[in-house]
Amino acid sequence: MKEVVLTPKEQPSYGLIAECISCDVFAGKSIDEIKALPVYYGNKQGELGDFFEISGEVASSAEEQRIVIAGDVPKTRWIGKEMSAGEIVVKGSAEMYVGAWMRGGKIIVEGNVGAFSGMLMQGGELYVKGNAGDYLGCSYRGEWRGMRGGTIIVEGNAGMEVGQNLNGGRIFVKGSVESFAGVRMKKGLLVVGSATDRVGAQMVGGTIVVLGNVLRLLPSFDPAGEVENPSVADESFEGVFNKYTGDHAERHAKGVLYVRKE
Amino acid sequence: MSGLILKNGYVYDPLNGIKGEKMDICIENGKIVEEVSDAKVIDCSGKVVMPGGVEIHSHLAGGKVNVGRMLRPEDHLKNVYPKTKLTRAANGYSTPSTFLTGYLYAKLGYTTAFTAALPPLMARHTHEELHDIPMLDKGALTLMGNNWFIMRYLKRGDVELAAAFVAWLLKAVKGYAIKVVNPGGGEAWGWGRDVRSLDDPVPHFDITPREIISGLVKVNEMLALPHSIHLHANNLGRVGNFATTLETMQVPNGTKPARERQVLQLTHAQFHSYGGDSWKNFASEAESIAKAVNSNENVIIDIGQVVFGDTTTMTADGPMEYYLSSLTGLKWANKNIELETSPGVTPFVYSKRSPVSAVQWAVGLELALHINDAWKVLLTTDHPNGAPFFKYPTIIAWLMSSKYREETMKEVHSAAQKNTTLATIDREYDFYEIATITRAGQAKSLGIQETKGHLGVGADADVAVYDINPEEIDPSRDYKLIEEKFARTSYTIKGGEIVVKDGEIVKVVQGKTLYIDARVDESLEREVMRDIDYYFKRFYSVNLANYPVQEVYLTNPTPVQIDATNVR
Amino acid sequence: MQRYTDVICSFCGTLCDDIEVVVEDNKIVDVKHACRIGTAKFLASNDYEHRLLKPMVRKNGKLVEVSLDEAIEEAARILKDATKPLLYGWSSTSCEAHSVGVELAEELGGVIDNTTTVCHGPSVLAIHDAGYISCTLGEVKNRADLIIYWGANPMHGHPRHLSRYSIFPRGYFRERGQQDRELIVIDVRKTDTAKIANKFIKVNYGEDYELISALRKVVNGGELREESVAGVPREEIIALAEKMKNAQFGVLFFGMGLTQSYGRHRNIDNAINLVRDLNAHTKFVIMAMRGHYNVTGFNEVLSWQAGFPYAVDFGRGYAWYNPGETTANDVLQRGECDAALIIASDPVSHFPRKSIEHLARIPFIAIDIHPTPTTQLADVVIPSAIAGIEVEGTAYRMDAVPLRLRKVKEPPEGVLSDVEILRRILARVRGEEALTAKAEVAK
Repeated sequence: MKEVVLTPKEQPSYGLIAECISCDVFAGKSIDEIKALPVYYGNKQGELGDFFEISGEVASSAEEQRIVIAGDVPKTRWIGKEMSAGEIVVKGSAEMYVGAWMRGGKIIVEGNVGAFSGMLMQGGELYVKGNAGDYLGCSYRGEWRGMRGGTIIVEGNAGMEVGQNLNGGRIFVKGSVESFAGVRMKKGLLVVGSATDRVGAQMVGGTIVVLGNVLRLLPSFDPAGEVENPSVADESFEGVFNKYTGDHAERHAKGVLYVRKE
Repeated sequence: MSGLILKNGYVYDPLNGIKGEKMDICIENGKIVEEVSDAKVIDCSGKVVMPGGVEIHSHLAGGKVNVGRMLRPEDHLKNVYPKTKLTRAANGYSTPSTFLTGYLYAKLGYTTAFTAALPPLMARHTHEELHDIPMLDKGALTLMGNNWFIMRYLKRGDVELAAAFVAWLLKAVKGYAIKVVNPGGGEAWGWGRDVRSLDDPVPHFDITPREIISGLVKVNEMLALPHSIHLHANNLGRVGNFATTLETMQVPNGTKPARERQVLQLTHAQFHSYGGDSWKNFASEAESIAKAVNSNENVIIDIGQVVFGDTTTMTADGPMEYYLSSLTGLKWANKNIELETSPGVTPFVYSKRSPVSAVQWAVGLELALHINDAWKVLLTTDHPNGAPFFKYPTIIAWLMSSKYREETMKEVHSAAQKNTTLATIDREYDFYEIATITRAGQAKSLGIQETKGHLGVGADADVAVYDINPEEIDPSRDYKLIEEKFARTSYTIKGGEIVVKDGEIVKVVQGKTLYIDARVDESLEREVMRDIDYYFKRFYSVNLANYPVQEVYLTNPTPVQIDATNVR
Repeated sequence: MQRYTDVICSFCGTLCDDIEVVVEDNKIVDVKHACRIGTAKFLASNDYEHRLLKPMVRKNGKLVEVSLDEAIEEAARILKDATKPLLYGWSSTSCEAHSVGVELAEELGGVIDNTTTVCHGPSVLAIHDAGYISCTLGEVKNRADLIIYWGANPMHGHPRHLSRYSIFPRGYFRERGQQDRELIVIDVRKTDTAKIANKFIKVNYGEDYELISALRKVVNGGELREESVAGVPREEIIALAEKMKNAQFGVLFFGMGLTQSYGRHRNIDNAINLVRDLNAHTKFVIMAMRGHYNVTGFNEVLSWQAGFPYAVDFGRGYAWYNPGETTANDVLQRGECDAALIIASDPVSHFPRKSIEHLARIPFIAIDIHPTPTTQLADVVIPSAIAGIEVEGTAYRMDAVPLRLRKVKEPPEGVLSDVEILRRILARVRGEEALTAKAEVAK
């Protein structure tokens, strides 16, 4: 793999739209061309080179491209948007929309990611060592066909509405999540360390696994016995779990929720 | 304003019987003229010249369209155009923003468009949106098929009072024609119910859909309105609904039109031409409907063609939208409007893999191809119900090429082959017929054919020039080219000004707004005003004085004067 | 003396249109039919001592009176120099002003948002997911036999809502008015509206969502296992579900008790779906109790012009919308905007502290009728005329019925309408000559 290194300079307070930071976009370009890629902040258009020192080697195809962002980019948005292949490593924290509409390849963020990361993902992997904001792996406003493929792994915690409208793919949050995890979920798998409340609200399909505690379950979930070492697709989970079905606020709901017994 | 000469184009002007003759069109002061000196010459050789397109049925503007926009932010991630020096920022696919609606119609060569369903109480909203649609002359079909005044008058047999009420209403809300949607069903939806046949009584009003339709036909001809009644029949979208449709077409039998036009436009007939008795054996009955249209002098249709893809359905047919959203499970908006109507909105995806969608696609084309006389067929998608209006070029290409239809048929569910007659039809439309179903026929149906839909002397200088050489292009074979060329004009001329050149907006103009200003007998008017006053005081939630739409909301308000003082 | 009838009250989203106003020497001397709050607004228009009358610009830290041209020029300069200007407020002015505002936001490449963001923004987000099953208020008056207010207290917020549209009026199918209807109030405390209700259901604070889920489960034929949900006993939930299913025409009005409590937009999403479920059994509708008189109008205008109902960012020349990113408080709290125009709103009194702190750091313009904490903090202050009293215009009622606001008296001398002020700013931003003696507006 060939590696291009972006060393952040000062970040604009307005928020920086840098959807050009994608292996698909970089591949086949010269370093100078990459420096000149458009970025947007407020009502202005700038160049990627205005905000990053850029060096390294560019690959001819996205598959062979690796992009390293060498530090925190707390105002940068849309890293890896629509990326189909290759690898991005962020050696710090990034802001909103990391890996939105991603189709393939891998994004590794060593710090935290902001809200709406992994929005409408279709494939590939988003790996976050720190925490994620609200709406991890969500859909866009009004779009009922949510994230439909790929994998999101968060080592830390995540905010509200993880996997909202989830329609396929897998999301793992090892820490805790705030309310409405898996809200309106239709398909796919959502695994969380622990959850506060309203897990699986209005879900009609798919599976949610809670490895630890749930503060409070919705009254519209029904218990369906205990299951030992349940497996979902090719993932299996050790221990004894209480199984629930729901959300029976919805008609014909076929969602499944496992909560590990203490 | 200096003149224009469109030189040497192949002119298709059905209202004047001109079939692709090479000729010059002269323009001065916004009108087509015999000749003009001091004119800019536009070389149209090797190009098709047609009158500006006329849209007769499209959900362009108003509360329901805006509910569609609010319901579907995801729709506005598509078709995104940044602002330019000339044009506003614009977006939206099935529910485009107002500005985009105007720009896209102009690029297709359309210069006039009527919004399909204006709910009277919300009329001000419709006009506010029409105000923000540039490039087009406009008008609004006005919903009346579930109006309490009208149902009560017709039940009592007071056709004259119903006529006086219609005259008042059109003027008050600045409407253009009588639109009837699921007659009686809209009122029944006030109780969560529907009517399912022409003789189902409307709850509490003791009137039937049949009586509402025949009454409004009478009213329309009594007032001699420019357009006929515009009917969205009962049972839209239901399996086996063709029987209701056939029966509906017989309702105005024996009526003499007061003008040279039909007495009934059956709108989006595609949605009303279904056979079968369950979704499993859902089939086309387009041939039966076409046959009935062929033998009925009173009725014309517009198609309501389906094009595959994601769209938003919106109609004043509240129960239908509920039914549809129950089938799909998708989000659903509904808005019962006091004393008047009950629209609904829900997204829909026409999938090539779905047998039902495949049949619906075929039905629209079958109708257009089985109806012999192109003057009885108007091209619509019932935007955005069957598809967004900017899919017209694709439909034109299907109509002009049986090969294109075959190619598409291969991609869609086999039900289109098995449960429809489309595969058996060889007919292909020519440019003259395309001009008929996209402008001339529409203008005639609307009763605006004096100034619209043709290129004779005295017509408004609304012209579309397409980069198509009919002597070189064979639409049957070159259907992709037809699709591409009809999507962006070489020139669109609106009121004598070039507004589109090579598919790009070069000038933004504001069109006229047409509405009916009908005068009725004074004593009749007094009587109807007494009823209106009584009802407003008791049952409306707004005061009568705050109901009429002020002219200030209209761009270039253009009343069409009607003298109906003989009605008494 | 001049008497005006059918005047529209430009105070709350009820938009009463039956007000009578008597004007003498350009002073309102009598107001009939309006509620206490509406009457006060009409009468306050006489009080020039508490009006903004002169344009002001901050010089050396102090607001000083300047000519209107200078204020407009300075406003245009601030906005034009900005990289991310925020245009906020809008809910208490006309749609004609909204229209110019959207054009200005587009011209500037700025962010435009209205008070929806702090009231019914959650309702809008819910509509995106669930739809909106509603009606006009006359339908409620004519048909409704079951009326529910949830997290709303119209006795205080919308004083004439009950008498004009819901529980008290006689309607076509409800000839006996109140006797033909039943009123249920669901809230965390016994409000004044709850006191007149046939039934009050007290829900635990922050547990509305659970109660709605339980109701939906019962309506959809499921069984409740819990003895009580959200503090409401099982039997009561079942009885309520039955009552809703058996209504002929039911309506659920909801207010900020539901939109701004724990769960926010999902409370509304669930409530809309409850109403959807009920439509399998009977006729049921839902309606948001919109607060400001034209908050709805802004959502309408922005939707038809820009495709989205609030919180639109035109930074890239086209509209981008995602509440959470593009909403006024988010843009302020992340310190993103570098200038602002606040119109017909007082965010300094209502926004969270962190938002106000950023607002205080950036140059901003305030256009308003009265002095407010916001105008006191502003760098440019432009007084405006009162839409619906001193200028005409369009407003949308909470059920989106559009009405033409009337003018009953002249504005203070030299004070322009919001529309005209914005048009002049827009012209100066574009570098056009200031519009001075030109006609008021196009419409």
